[in-house]
Amino acid sequence: MSETFGFPAQMLFGQLLLGLINGSFYALLSLGLAVIFGMLNVINFAHGALYMAGAFTAWLLLQFLGVSYWVSLVLSPLIVGLFGVVIEKTMLARLYKLDHIYGLLLTFGIALMIEAVFRHYYGVSGKIYPPPPALQGGMELGFMFLPTYRAWVILVSLIVCIAIWYIVERTRLGAYLRAGTENPVLVQTFGINVPRLVTLTYGLGVALAAFAGVLAAPVYQVNPLMGSNIIVVIFAVVVIGGLGSIMGTIVTGLGIGIIEGLTKVIYPEASHVVIFVIMAVVLLLRPAGLFGRTK
Amino acid sequence: MSRNKVIYAVAFAAALAAPHFAYPVFLMQILCFALYASAFNLLFGYTGLLSFGHAAFFGSAAYVTGHTVKVMGFTPELGILAGALTAAALGLVIGGLAIRRQGIYFAMITFALAEVVYFVALQAPFTGGEDGLQSVPRGKLFGLIDLSNPFRMYYFVLAIYIAGLLFIYRITRSPFGQVLRGIRENEARTISLGYKTDRYKLVAFVLSATLAGVAGGTKTLVMQLASLTDVHWHKSGEVVMMTLLGGVGTIAGPSVGAALVVTLNETLAELGEWVTFIIGAFFVACVLAFRRGIVGTLGPLVARNWVKRRSSTDV
Repeated sequence: MSETFGFPAQMLFGQLLLGLINGSFYALLSLGLAVIFGMLNVINFAHGALYMAGAFTAWLLLQFLGVSYWVSLVLSPLIVGLFGVVIEKTMLARLYKLDHIYGLLLTFGIALMIEAVFRHYYGVSGKIYPPPPALQGGMELGFMFLPTYRAWVILVSLIVCIAIWYIVERTRLGAYLRAGTENPVLVQTFGINVPRLVTLTYGLGVALAAFAGVLAAPVYQVNPLMGSNIIVVIFAVVVIGGLGSIMGTIVTGLGIGIIEGLTKVIYPEASHVVIFVIMAVVLLLRPAGLFGRTK
Repeated sequence: MSRNKVIYAVAFAAALAAPHFAYPVFLMQILCFALYASAFNLLFGYTGLLSFGHAAFFGSAAYVTGHTVKVMGFTPELGILAGALTAAALGLVIGGLAIRRQGIYFAMITFALAEVVYFVALQAPFTGGEDGLQSVPRGKLFGLIDLSNPFRMYYFVLAIYIAGLLFIYRITRSPFGQVLRGIRENEARTISLGYKTDRYKLVAFVLSATLAGVAGGTKTLVMQLASLTDVHWHKSGEVVMMTLLGGVGTIAGPSVGAALVVTLNETLAELGEWVTFIIGAFFVACVLAFRRGIVGTLGPLVARNWVKRRSSTDV
């Protein structure tokens, strides 16, 4: 067998691919977190739980209504996004005038509630969600075997990330958003409905989490704990990257995934901790985060 | 006699009599969590720093106390001391990193670093993994007083709790505590007054971690068990909940909140996962409508009535 840097190529590229997939989810989730934070100044602790809810919605739709993967990919984010809109309208909106900490605490409570419901009905065992027929199988690339579904996940995540970046940075709607972040009162005097913009932003961020959840369902198992497992990593990614720039968040998410994958090849015992070590180093050397703006 | 002295005297008498009326282990559990929440409150309530990773200190101390007492044959007080020192060292590392960022980031960093402690506890050989450290002996206090008697154990725990609370009270009333409050209200202004706020924050963090460690170590001796639930992030969340429910930034609030949450956990235990749901719902309700907590809401009311009554009788 061929070797690269002294490691079996098959293993190296396999872990690299897995890292890239994990990184895609990190990017999608931290992007949603960043967009929400930019507009609402709230760190959405429920982000992981809503990601899990997205995966479960797809699984439930398939199980009980026979809804296909492709429909779920649209329907599940819609349902969860609507749920997010309700959360924002009924609860989060009351907290904007207070310390930002309260938004974090509120969404923490919501995360506990969502997770408890799914744990009550489905325990902690994983449910299998098969990839759609069109994306099953894979191709032999010579140096490694590439499952079609995994290639699809990376491709779609990248497209969605870049689309979000484009919307926020290059369109009129994005300009409203950025202006709303800078000075909501002034933007409102120009006749733009800022509260609605805020609600939509939260709904969109949450829908993005659910979308990631549906994408993740066939890769990992659908499990009530998948949300709280990933939210820790997402927080670390956000601290490393800083929430200042959309592109920075995407790059950090993908980069962290790849580093995690490589660590699994070189020194597997450290793979769980490597992200947090990077976070500690970044905090020591560049406290505002790699792409963060120092105030 | 002032109003507060009356209340504290009654509470002290009630605490002394309590084990004759209720299950001692249950009461000791409340005392441990009350100290844990009070330690957290020193940081959140008085310094304005929200740590979302206090389970790391509570849990690591729980393990170290359990290990030193069970395997190395330490006496209970030395075991708790070892646990507290571990928590202090950990607090120095985690706090040192976390104070480099403010506000929400601070919460996220502590949360993430506490998760590292969880991973370590899950994989380190001496923690017993999923089983935890079971049947930890309570041992003999100073090598003399046998603590296997639940009443003796109760008064030992009560003494620790009271000492801890007095310590916290003393800190909040000291010039040091005044600076902490200054940081909470307006850090920039405190810096401009010439205080090195980072140092103050770090000291407050380490003190809070140490006391959380004392609570965790004591809890191990009470339950005779140290397990993964002690380091799990649910424990970090629970302490925020206790403090919020009881009253942030009040001396008695966290203890009241802890008593409520522990009672809630015990009485609803058969509901399984719904307990977590109810705790979550309480959290949401507290944040939305009850941010001052029980003591924070009732305290001023009682004070006003007291003043009214005093003035009417005095005249």
